Amino acid sequence: MAEASLPSRSNLAATLTRRPGWTTTLRVLRYSVVRLVALFATVVVGVYLTILIANMGGYVDEIKKAQIREGISLSVSMDPANRALTPAQRNELIEGLVQVEVRRLGLDRPFLLRSFASLTDALTLNLGRTNYLTSDSGSKLVRLVILERLPPTLLLFATSNLFLFFFSIFVALRLSRNYGNLADRMVIALAPTSAAPGWFYGIFLILIFSALLGWLPFGGMVDTPPPADRLQYAWSVLRHMILPVAAITLSAIFLTIYNWRTFFLIYSSEDYVDMAKAKGLPGRIVENRYILRPTLPTIITNFALLVIGLWTGAIILETVFNWPGLGRLLYQAIGLFDTPIIVGSTVIYAYLLAITVFVLDFTYALVDPRVRVGEGGAK
Amino acid sequence: MIRNAWADLRQYPSAIIGLLIVSLLVVMAIYALATISYSEAIRLWRGGEDIWQDYPRTASPEWTNFFRAQKLPSTVLLDSRQGQGSKVVEPRGALTEITIEFPFNFQADDFPQELAIFFYATFTQKQPHVEMTWLTPDGREIRIGEYSPRARDSYRFEGDSRLARRLRNVPAQQALFAKPDVEPLAPLKGVYTLRLDALVFEGNGDLDAKFIAYGKVSGLAGTDHRRRDLMVAILWGTPIALAFGLLAALGTTVTTMFIAAFGVWFGGLVDAAIQRITEIVLILPVLPILIMVGTFYSRSIWVILGVVILLSIFGSAIKSYRAIFLQVKESPYIEAARAYGAGNLRIIGRYLTPRVIPLLIPQLVVLIPSYVFLEASLAVLGLGDPVLPTWGKVIDDAFRNGALFNGYYYWVLQPSALLIVTGLGFAMVGFALDRVFNPRLRGL
Repeated sequence: MAEASLPSRSNLAATLTRRPGWTTTLRVLRYSVVRLVALFATVVVGVYLTILIANMGGYVDEIKKAQIREGISLSVSMDPANRALTPAQRNELIEGLVQVEVRRLGLDRPFLLRSFASLTDALTLNLGRTNYLTSDSGSKLVRLVILERLPPTLLLFATSNLFLFFFSIFVALRLSRNYGNLADRMVIALAPTSAAPGWFYGIFLILIFSALLGWLPFGGMVDTPPPADRLQYAWSVLRHMILPVAAITLSAIFLTIYNWRTFFLIYSSEDYVDMAKAKGLPGRIVENRYILRPTLPTIITNFALLVIGLWTGAIILETVFNWPGLGRLLYQAIGLFDTPIIVGSTVIYAYLLAITVFVLDFTYALVDPRVRVGEGGAK
Repeated sequence: MIRNAWADLRQYPSAIIGLLIVSLLVVMAIYALATISYSEAIRLWRGGEDIWQDYPRTASPEWTNFFRAQKLPSTVLLDSRQGQGSKVVEPRGALTEITIEFPFNFQADDFPQELAIFFYATFTQKQPHVEMTWLTPDGREIRIGEYSPRARDSYRFEGDSRLARRLRNVPAQQALFAKPDVEPLAPLKGVYTLRLDALVFEGNGDLDAKFIAYGKVSGLAGTDHRRRDLMVAILWGTPIALAFGLLAALGTTVTTMFIAAFGVWFGGLVDAAIQRITEIVLILPVLPILIMVGTFYSRSIWVILGVVILLSIFGSAIKSYRAIFLQVKESPYIEAARAYGAGNLRIIGRYLTPRVIPLLIPQLVVLIPSYVFLEASLAVLGLGDPVLPTWGKVIDDAFRNGALFNGYYYWVLQPSALLIVTGLGFAMVGFALDRVFNPRLRGL
């Protein structure tokens, strides 16, 4: 949290006197476009690296070739027309068909060329077909399988992140106003509990509320069978969400509050805050204009970092709670050795992270005076 | 600086507790390394029935009995080769009659888990013949059955369908220990005896037996579904967790610091390249890549460690170090160093990097538990090291065998407790260090 760059405050006065106008909009636009291009380049490199890692040593190709051979030998041996062939002839036939298929899929081309082909495929989300897993609608297209799993992930993590973010800032402001009281010291003492990730607390929550007390379901997203009534369906989803959201919150809340509180405290010891207080401004205005406003870029950065961290932390939490999201899909894919899904979801994760970074940059451009007045912005 | 830091650190009670926890873990790790060697730990953890046949399945730790009103039985193991029980050998002409008696005192409030006899027979042609009889404390005599063991053989009471019929389909471990004609079944306390009357048909033939009434509690840590004593994993998980956490945290923070320093000092292209790489790495999803590496290449904990370090050396921490270095670079003392002719490496190593050490040390300490948990996370995903016992793998095993459903809470709770204690210990120390080294935070 402390790693976010602090905004320089020297430009603030200059910004505050200027009215936002066309030049500002243009500047923000230009900044965003440049960032978008830069980020796209970053995604291309990132995805390419992912593909390289996934294909390292041609391992994936070996699997693919083995699958082709297996499929062809099966179809050849099942075909009654081939029954009259001698084993040698049959092998020859299989070998020929395998060669054709390998050439059709381009597996005989040099790896470098193929890797660029896979890169374009990955970037256009043309992720191929799964080996074993199917989507609930029965499709074997990796893209559809992943798209189907995305909404539950988004639902779970949007809910918990937004709650965590606003709640912790609200509490942190409260604590920083009267620090040193019992609540404040409790938060300091509890901050180390965030050393454990969400899934870890999930285990205990399941243990207490599902296994021992039996109040809440063990996992999943809705009851089986899912209720037909919309309202009941929503209620069922809500009940299933309580524990995972609680686990995420529990694993991050104290540290987040602690960090924000310390951060606000540092900022509220600035001279201009003292000045505002001396002027007799009410506490709310001091908070909003003199503490929150200058720290806004940092707050946004931290929010984005939180989101990035939780995207990837989701995999195990979803597994522990049997939540039918992207993370659990990845877990199932590992178990079944379903390569296209593993590579595909890595690509999706890369995209999600890039989008997060872009949204961060864009909002940053909107709130950071340095970008708006054209200093330190787009280069 | 270090001595001052220590004096300051002592002011924080949480730091003292944290240090205590950390040193306890270190002691545990050293104990584990001293008592069980690396190869022995692997052998034990991978071992099957050959190593663990004397242990019950999924038995709770023995100390849990302390909190129970209904005491669970521990394992009863009697081996005639060790001189336990009594063995009488009487030659009868060409035959030899061997009588082995295993008396034992049973005082638990619950039935044993399983009953089994392991035979160790010596013969060349004809297998010995054994008649098994069960004597209860109230004087009843129950015929169990007859058996002709091979050289190494085991007789499991549950698998004998004739015995089951005779006991009216009540499982043997319950029927043999139950009070007669009482519903529901309750165990009868007192001295039980298993008598084996064996006939050995060859002159130099012999027979020995080992009787095991598997209990429902075992050892200090309990056992898992493969009868393995969890103590092995609990003990050996400690050095592995500490080594993994420490190496990963050290590897990432120190290299990150040097890369940031190089970038700032040389500026220009080097700096730009490092910045761009950092942005790319920010987009790379670390956990999915680790999963990919684990699935495709190697699950060895040391390979994973290397990948973790590789992926994090260009982490976002570079940005915060860079901000500091940019300031430091302009300081007069750097200029002075340059003036006296210090080389690039000397300036980076001696003058630039030491400035972020106060920032780095707390971060390093706080990072350790996050890597310990990362290892556990990978294990829970089924990507744990295939041969080494770790805490995460115990949790994974427990989950795969429905520990929470079936009420084997100890199985999950013990490794979890160790993980959280490790996490808390390092985090407490790290937080206190952060305040000691960053005066801006002091008093806040």
